[in-house]
Amino acid sequence: MTKNILTRRGVLKTGAGVGATLAVPTLFTGAAWAGYMNEPMGASVTLGFNVPQTGPYADEGADELRAYQLAVEHLNGEGDGGMLQTFSSKVLEGNGILGKKVEYVTGDTQTKSDAARASAKSMIEKDGAIMITGGSSSGVAVAVQGLCQEAGVIFMAGLTHSNDTTGKDKKANGFRHFFNAYMSGAALAPVLAAQYGTDRKAYHLTADYTWGWTQEESIVAATEALGWETVNTVKTPLAQTDFSSYIAPVLNSGADVLVLNHYGGNMVNSLTNAVQFGLREKMANGKQFEIVVPLFSRLMARGAGENIKGILGSTNWHWSLTDEGTKAFVKSFGTKYGFPPSQAAHTCYVQTLLYADAAQRAGSFNPCAIAEALEGYEFDGLGNGPTLYRAEDHQCFKDVLVVRGKENPTSEFDLLEVVEVTPRAQVEYAPDHPMFAGGALGSCNPGA
Amino acid sequence: MLGLNKKDSTLLLIVAAMVLLAPFILNPFPADSAMAQFNAGYPDLMQRFVIFGIFAIGFNILFGLTGYLSFGHAAFLGVGSYSAVWMFKLLSMNVIPAILLAVLVSGVFALVIGFVSLRRTGIYFSILTLAFAQMSFNLAYSVLTPITNGETGLQLTLDDPRILGVSATADGGIPVTSLFGMEMRSTFTLDAGAWLFQFNTGYYFCGAVLLLAFYLAIRIFRSPFGLMLRAIKSNRTRMNYTGLNTKPYALAAFVISGMYAGLAGGLMASMDPLAGAERMQWTASGEVVLMTILGGAGTLIGPVLGAGFIKYFENIFSKINEGVLHQWFAFLPDGMENGVVWVVEHFVGPGWHLTLGLLFMLVVTFLPGGLVEGGQRIARLFRRKSTEPQDGATQSHPAE
Repeated sequence: MTKNILTRRGVLKTGAGVGATLAVPTLFTGAAWAGYMNEPMGASVTLGFNVPQTGPYADEGADELRAYQLAVEHLNGEGDGGMLQTFSSKVLEGNGILGKKVEYVTGDTQTKSDAARASAKSMIEKDGAIMITGGSSSGVAVAVQGLCQEAGVIFMAGLTHSNDTTGKDKKANGFRHFFNAYMSGAALAPVLAAQYGTDRKAYHLTADYTWGWTQEESIVAATEALGWETVNTVKTPLAQTDFSSYIAPVLNSGADVLVLNHYGGNMVNSLTNAVQFGLREKMANGKQFEIVVPLFSRLMARGAGENIKGILGSTNWHWSLTDEGTKAFVKSFGTKYGFPPSQAAHTCYVQTLLYADAAQRAGSFNPCAIAEALEGYEFDGLGNGPTLYRAEDHQCFKDVLVVRGKENPTSEFDLLEVVEVTPRAQVEYAPDHPMFAGGALGSCNPGA
Repeated sequence: MLGLNKKDSTLLLIVAAMVLLAPFILNPFPADSAMAQFNAGYPDLMQRFVIFGIFAIGFNILFGLTGYLSFGHAAFLGVGSYSAVWMFKLLSMNVIPAILLAVLVSGVFALVIGFVSLRRTGIYFSILTLAFAQMSFNLAYSVLTPITNGETGLQLTLDDPRILGVSATADGGIPVTSLFGMEMRSTFTLDAGAWLFQFNTGYYFCGAVLLLAFYLAIRIFRSPFGLMLRAIKSNRTRMNYTGLNTKPYALAAFVISGMYAGLAGGLMASMDPLAGAERMQWTASGEVVLMTILGGAGTLIGPVLGAGFIKYFENIFSKINEGVLHQWFAFLPDGMENGVVWVVEHFVGPGWHLTLGLLFMLVVTFLPGGLVEGGQRIARLFRRKSTEPQDGATQSHPAE
């Protein structure tokens, strides 16, 4: 049946061939790179948009992708230009970046570190992406940031709120525009004290993973500094969908505020359970019982529906702001897609513009040159007021919004009202703050 | 050759050739053509093909031979990754100690989990392994955070001790994984006209390990031990009645396949030094079951094919977005173009799971023996044409 006859000679020959071929790649060790990783040679430059398209954060991922596409249009001089007109830096001319047309590739992170890294790697190795951006979860952001550091490309973080992204896991090639848990605490605490008094007893329910912990730590520290007492902190598994068994003990704990350190579907479920248990009508210690959700997003508010009304939280940006940058962005996003952008979309759009601007100012796509252009960069007109990209940890510092679920929403997008715009000075912290200590930026890696 | 019969030697040589020439085979389209989207010959994906191939080969030793369906194999993969990354953090960036520890630790895990789970068979066994895997996942995700770094995943940092190496390189970066100085990430790019071929050290290292693993699997399949495992699959009760204790054999198969998974995990961490808890999730365990069934359970080459198939879909189809589709169908009139794009986009990009699901259904329905059966049928079709008169030679043998 089989025709090939294996002779001793034939096998030896093949064996030698196999051995030789296996040895070949060892002759070329890393000599292939010159200059920097994926230096754009042609008339275009490729950016990699790595967002969750499936899984729990797919909604946010879809909105992020819309924002990226809009940003690419604006950079290439199509559409109405959006925030390019209001941006304090005017070096971008609508002819791409450094005269090269902007192209992009997309990938699915699946909200899993592994998948996200695989997707980012394929963008870098196969498509020649010079910058990776995106992510809708801190775990993924930290993982991809680490990868970009090793590979030698710039990472512009999308929605990631954990302190660790620019804290103990910070990297020289990674940059974050979004705010973090510490800032949420610092912005929210004074408002909480003003609204609910300084002698409250808080009970925390926290999603049991890194983001939940850093947020709990931040909120506890910020509220206790203002005189609150923390009765108890309980960790809930991330996969939990019914929080009844966690809410029941709250009733008899002597607490009069419930803080939900949950995000996405988790928060929608826990808040719904809390409302079902009548926590919002309850009186405790002679005071009205209150619920606080430190990190809010409009997409979460929509999921929670009625229950979100009157609840306080913080957010990075909201489309109802009235500055010129926000108005321009909401207008061009609304014209293209028919509804206002979410905070995730905003931060991704802004990150893309900031990268393009930095490359333009640096006159190069070299990651080290771009990092240098971004470090300590002050800008304005991108929807958050005057903003600083701090050189020490690559974190943006800007005003933080404290928001409340609107009592009488006028549309399905008008769910949050801005209670207070907390000024930047109030949410700033030292780069070596204990909540952020333990990591080092290292040196920038151009991949060469 | 090497104690194999002619047929197995041929198979091994075919696999070796495929591994060696993968950078060419997987990059059939010129780099700037529209079809370049379907090229899979870049280091990361080739490494994944090979690593998941090893994982599936190991799984097949348990499932294909003994019939025990484990739903918890991802746990061993994860344990392997964590051990390897810890080795990189504590000892050195050489991949050999990391992989050895990965195999060892996952073997110990498999021994413990297998000892308990193998008290039951059938669905109860599957559920027990699933429970253990979920337990490991939850431990890694939150309880054991100091060891696993929880949701964020275990990564290398600049202040790791690395006793036999350096904590940071001279220019302040984290050192990269290597094999006695050969960096795993170094890639040689061959520029052949319109084609770009990438040869990556890490890939060839994984490829060499795959060949070893494949050879070992052939030997196990052909050994008296393998025969005993098959006997367990066909009728365990009868084996017991003949006075033979099947449990040690099943346990040995379980541990071997756990060690294969650990090897895959260790290799994964060696290519990309990160270990995340989601590697241990039950969906990851389900994936290897899919790979094995899709390729052909109980066959030697099947699992490798299945692994390649699924990884190809995950990495290539998920990246086809609306913009790309519009480019493809630009030749159609506008209204029709939008219609076609609207239909097709549900099957690519975020919808790649749907396409994979449909293909899986088709394969299981029409080719119960997996892709290997498909290959056999095609081969038989050709053979029948050329050797019509001779009968008996066309008897189908499982391509094990």
